[in-house]
Amino acid sequence: MSYVPDNFKYVESHEWIEVLDNGNVRIGVTEHAQSSLGDIVFVELPEEDSYATGDECGVVESVKTASDIFAPLTGTVVAVNDALEDAPELINENPYDDGWIFEMTVDNADELKDLMTAEEYRNSIEDEE
Amino acid sequence: MKKTYLHQAHIDAGAKMVDFGGWDMPINYGSQIEEHHAVRQDKGMFDVSHMTIVDLKGPESELFLLKILANDARKLTDGKALYSTMLNEKGGIIDDLITYKRGDNNYRIVVNAGTREKDLAWFEKQIKTFDASITERPKVAMLAVQGPNAITACLTVLPTDIATTLSTLKKFCAIDDEGYFIGRTGYTGEDGVEILVPEDKVIDLWNKLIEAGVKPCGLGARDTLRLEAGMHLYGQDMNEEITPLECGLGWTVRKEDFNFIGADALTALRTQGITKKMTGVVLTERRILRHNQELVDENGLTGIITSGSFSPSAEVAIGMAIVDKNMGKNVKVKIRKKELAVKCIKLPFVRNGKVLIEK
Repeated sequence: MSYVPDNFKYVESHEWIEVLDNGNVRIGVTEHAQSSLGDIVFVELPEEDSYATGDECGVVESVKTASDIFAPLTGTVVAVNDALEDAPELINENPYDDGWIFEMTVDNADELKDLMTAEEYRNSIEDEE
Repeated sequence: MKKTYLHQAHIDAGAKMVDFGGWDMPINYGSQIEEHHAVRQDKGMFDVSHMTIVDLKGPESELFLLKILANDARKLTDGKALYSTMLNEKGGIIDDLITYKRGDNNYRIVVNAGTREKDLAWFEKQIKTFDASITERPKVAMLAVQGPNAITACLTVLPTDIATTLSTLKKFCAIDDEGYFIGRTGYTGEDGVEILVPEDKVIDLWNKLIEAGVKPCGLGARDTLRLEAGMHLYGQDMNEEITPLECGLGWTVRKEDFNFIGADALTALRTQGITKKMTGVVLTERRILRHNQELVDENGLTGIITSGSFSPSAEVAIGMAIVDKNMGKNVKVKIRKKELAVKCIKLPFVRNGKVLIEK
């Protein structure tokens, strides 16, 4: 079973969401997602722009397939992980830490309640593993 | 799902297994890219026991081969291998295969796993009028050991007399001795061998090769290696709807006598004019080319990517594409909402460890 940190939130598109101390969220893809994608070779990072929940905002290309990155909440992208430009494999190696993809503001804190807990996400991927 | 004799060995080596045409096969053992580099720079091995092996015997074996293969089986001498396409009446490609001549009226044919049923049915149908017979050999396992240091490693694990013969074996030739059938062939663009052994011997061979430092490689790396080498994959770069003349396989079609199945259709096509060709494609933007992406040039001429991936050796996206014969210089690929410029280049992209793409 892939590692799923308890203190993060999750969405069905296999992204994790960490609520930061300043109220913004940091987003990446889960261990389960990186493992099914295989070696990641390019990342198209989101523009520093505003997005609504579910908007496509970037792409992760692995040797096997291209996978969209979606905004899990409505807000504005305020930071992206530039290190991924030269080292996209950070997502494979450390998806919850050095492999983070972007940070965004949260326009509506209520949306956080709609996200999956670690337990719910674990159950959702159980059948796939 | 079907399993090869090495199934447990793959799991023990940490393989991620996938359904590959009904076979449970390793896609990688961790990192596909590391496995790719192992083969380009050193040595790696692939279990390809899912491939179909058939033996052909009987006084009219050569006549049968001359009918079903586009290439010329008369070029074969004992211990030599021949790559060919096998065509239907319309000139479409039923499969691509390798035929080894083992002796007088004695051949071994290796065909793709995904086309097993239709190939065997085609053989059975066509062989009826010949004094020859085919027998499938499902109990034979097959390992491809590939890379600049692959043969050296094999020499250390094979029985002495076989190793001695292997040390001077020429490319595209085979050793056929005491249950070992070893061809200096492959599907990676590197030197190496394909070893066919009775399946009860294969686990021992696998373990000895691991001890000799040969890296287990999955079918993922096999695909990027063959793509860099510009080698066709059946079902993607060729199929029953396209002739070898239109997808870069004209060299597998013999020039002299024209008595093989599909020859009439090829002659008609030549008269009518060939309108498509195979090309290599390189994308410099940081995206990946994929099977079925569309190409278009400045005059609206089109093409389609038949195989695409990331090239671990060149670190760019590469692809093989079937395009209009008159395709221009300014070609763009449609990747979802974007149109990105690509460069059409001659295949292969990489051969014997060397990247051939001009920057």
